[in-house]
Amino acid sequence: MKRAPTHSYPGINLGERHASADKATEVVTFGFWVFLMSDLVYFGLMFAIYITMIDAQAGGPGPHELFDLKSVFAQTLILLTSSLTVGLAMLALKYNLPRGRIILWFGVTLLLGLSFLVLELRDFMAMAEKGGVPQRSGFLSAFFGLVPLHGLHVAAGCLWLIVLGIQLRAKGMTDLIISRVVRLALFWHFLDLIWIGIITIVYFGGLTYG
Amino acid sequence: MTSTETGFLGRLSWDALPIAGLLQDPSANEIVANAAAGVVIVGVIAVVGLLSWFRLWTPLWRDWLTSVDHKKIGIMYVVFAIVMLARGVLEGVVMRAQQAAGPGDGFLEAEHFAELFSTHGTIMIFFVAVPFVFGIANYVVPLMIGARDVAFPRLNQISLGLTVSAGMMLMVSLVVGRFSTGGWTAYPPYTGAAFNPGVGPDYWIWAIVVSGIGTTLTGINFAVTIYKMRAPGMTFMRLPMYCWTIICSSILIVFAMPPLGVAALMLAADRYLDFHFFTNDLGGNMMNYANLFWLFGHPEVYLLVLPAYGIYSEVFATFSAKRLYGYNSLVIATMSIAVLSFTVWLHHFFTMGQSALINAVFGIATMLIAIPTGVKVYDWMATLWRGRIRFSVPMLYGLAFLMLFVIGGLSGVILANPTVDYQVHNTLFLVAHFHNVLLPGVLFGLLAAYNYWFPKAFGFRLNEFWGRATVALWTIGFLLTFMPLYFVGLMGMPRRSFSYDDPSFHPFMIVAIIGALVITCALFSVLIQLWVSIRDREKTRVPVGDPWDGRTLEWSIPSPPPPYNFAIIPQVKDRDDFAAAKERGIAYPTPDAYEDIELPRNTGIGFILCVFSGVWMFALVWWIWWLAALMTVLMILAVIIWTFDDSTEFTIAAEEVRRDHEAWLSLVHSERAVDRDYETSPENRGLARPDLEAVT
Repeated sequence: MKRAPTHSYPGINLGERHASADKATEVVTFGFWVFLMSDLVYFGLMFAIYITMIDAQAGGPGPHELFDLKSVFAQTLILLTSSLTVGLAMLALKYNLPRGRIILWFGVTLLLGLSFLVLELRDFMAMAEKGGVPQRSGFLSAFFGLVPLHGLHVAAGCLWLIVLGIQLRAKGMTDLIISRVVRLALFWHFLDLIWIGIITIVYFGGLTYG
Repeated sequence: MTSTETGFLGRLSWDALPIAGLLQDPSANEIVANAAAGVVIVGVIAVVGLLSWFRLWTPLWRDWLTSVDHKKIGIMYVVFAIVMLARGVLEGVVMRAQQAAGPGDGFLEAEHFAELFSTHGTIMIFFVAVPFVFGIANYVVPLMIGARDVAFPRLNQISLGLTVSAGMMLMVSLVVGRFSTGGWTAYPPYTGAAFNPGVGPDYWIWAIVVSGIGTTLTGINFAVTIYKMRAPGMTFMRLPMYCWTIICSSILIVFAMPPLGVAALMLAADRYLDFHFFTNDLGGNMMNYANLFWLFGHPEVYLLVLPAYGIYSEVFATFSAKRLYGYNSLVIATMSIAVLSFTVWLHHFFTMGQSALINAVFGIATMLIAIPTGVKVYDWMATLWRGRIRFSVPMLYGLAFLMLFVIGGLSGVILANPTVDYQVHNTLFLVAHFHNVLLPGVLFGLLAAYNYWFPKAFGFRLNEFWGRATVALWTIGFLLTFMPLYFVGLMGMPRRSFSYDDPSFHPFMIVAIIGALVITCALFSVLIQLWVSIRDREKTRVPVGDPWDGRTLEWSIPSPPPPYNFAIIPQVKDRDDFAAAKERGIAYPTPDAYEDIELPRNTGIGFILCVFSGVWMFALVWWIWWLAALMTVLMILAVIIWTFDDSTEFTIAAEEVRRDHEAWLSLVHSERAVDRDYETSPENRGLARPDLEAVT
């Protein structure tokens, strides 16, 4: 592995152009962090709303009737594994492996992301069969305001994986594409982090206090 | 609610046009509504006609709409803000006229009056103050920190596009359908589907959501720009005070816009999908809305006023020919205000049922903000102290601000006391208070900035006489309009009320309408000043670029600046780097060598997203589902396709940079430097003779 003299971002390998590309990558990566922090506020507020509305069940079905922890466990495993596979894509980037390896790990991540979404949708449909629709109560509104928001982010991440995979094939490992890979990985880990919050607060918290 | 059957055009029909109302009922109320719609339509036709007549479509597209130059985006923001300001002011005048008509019902219907205060507030905050603040910031910040552009120039263009398209929704709502009657805060359950099934709240929701996204992106952009794009040597403690306030403002945006987006989208879920976040039944809780909205709303007023503080800091230092007094304390005070602004939101609803203890905590937190603000006021006064003050237009705005803003700030401290707030909340006292901080605070600051940086942007100074007249008119108009409101507020006159019975309010309302008319004159005076200045521009040219003996880097380059701003990125060695360089006689250095400069290439993405998001909002408001879905897909596709374009930069050859820069340097050496006595005379060509006596 070739080492440039200064590594602001040890995970990135920008090759020969490291020094000049480093500044640009630093700016966009930092900007993306700021965006994630702003997005985190969205989720933080939705968590707060959920907590205030756990009791607002209005006689409708509550966490004990609706939540299926087995499915949540499966979704958690899938999503955590997908974080691992994105990490493997980043390692492939760092150790200068052929870009096919990155695309491969992207593909695996995409499959995991899609299976997560399928399981989540199945959960929602099962909830709806038991009368757990957002129109039923404030509690369910808060649930469906938060958990599908995370799902929407996962769906956006899946779309991004597809687009960036195509760009990797079409354009190769340019500085711009590499910095996008870095940002996508950040985004994906961020989704995992939110999911940890969801299982703790929405599912466990809901079952404990709801 | 989506379950309602809707056709190809959703719930849109001919009845949505105001002319339908006029035909059915030709009253004064309908005439006012139709006149407003007519102004919008005539305005659009006039703009289209003028652009076609002067064959300006191509230059408009090539040089402006597709430009990613922060300077042009800044100018477009300001133009947009001034257009919206005109509408906001006129709405205020109509409201004052309604109340000046005396006890009884006036000439407007209650619903129309409610629309007026809703659009007035929404426009003034989201489509005047925010774009004006960030228009100025766009123009000035990169120049002040020695950068060639903002961190994300294309994102900047998208922000502008989203802000403008959201503002257009407010214009469209004048012509098609009705805007919300729920105030700029749009509290549910009143704005929920159960009480307000019409399109009004939907116009509000989508305008807020889309402009909120645009503003958030701007905040991210400016935070990153100031953190990462500063010229070498510009440490944080050498950052001009204005940039400090913009960075605080950006941080506030990044953390405070999400609550607004969340609140508006939850309200949309209630209205469109029958959710129960804020409804009266099935467990909804409107207090969540109040908390979310003001969790945004309070930081919002600071994200508007902090940049104005920054502008005053620059203006006071420049026109006193002194270094800003107490820089460190001003930085700390700015940051303290930014942090404290997140701890006081509850004072907007002291009367909505919290315990006395909670009210007391938030009341004390609110009073604490007066401390850093007071530090600032003393720092500014100390900057003036023994300075060589020139009473130029920006300085006059600054002095008016110092005196009037203190009154507004103190009435804020009064309101911060929950027991007092119980007496005066929801009265015109409150209206007087926030106009007292927003006009002398934010608006005067922005107008000062407009006068101060105009010669930088366009290469000639604004007319001094009309500038002074404008200051006088704004100040007198403000005093006449809003001081009476303090008194009627204390007498118990409720805000947002289209009629009143107590005849003792009437004289105050007469004074207020006179003030409102003076403010209208002030607005026209701004336009006259611009017109006269353009007409006389040959006498006020400042091509060298430093008409005010400025202190910061933006004055060290030509006016107007070249597209790349700095031929050579400056090495910063001092806090007021340009002032220090002039003092030591090393300003305008001749560089040893020039380099090729890479600049971002034009793109249409901002304009495309502006149009698509505009149609998307309209479709959502009118339940035209197929169109909304189509626009969603098109927006996603547009962004994806745009990311495939990687020829995003173009290069200006070093030779061209050298030629232009050397031509300017020889102009610098051939011009005669003028001292401050000639600041407003045609001799002032933008080369300043430093005022050595005052500098030391």
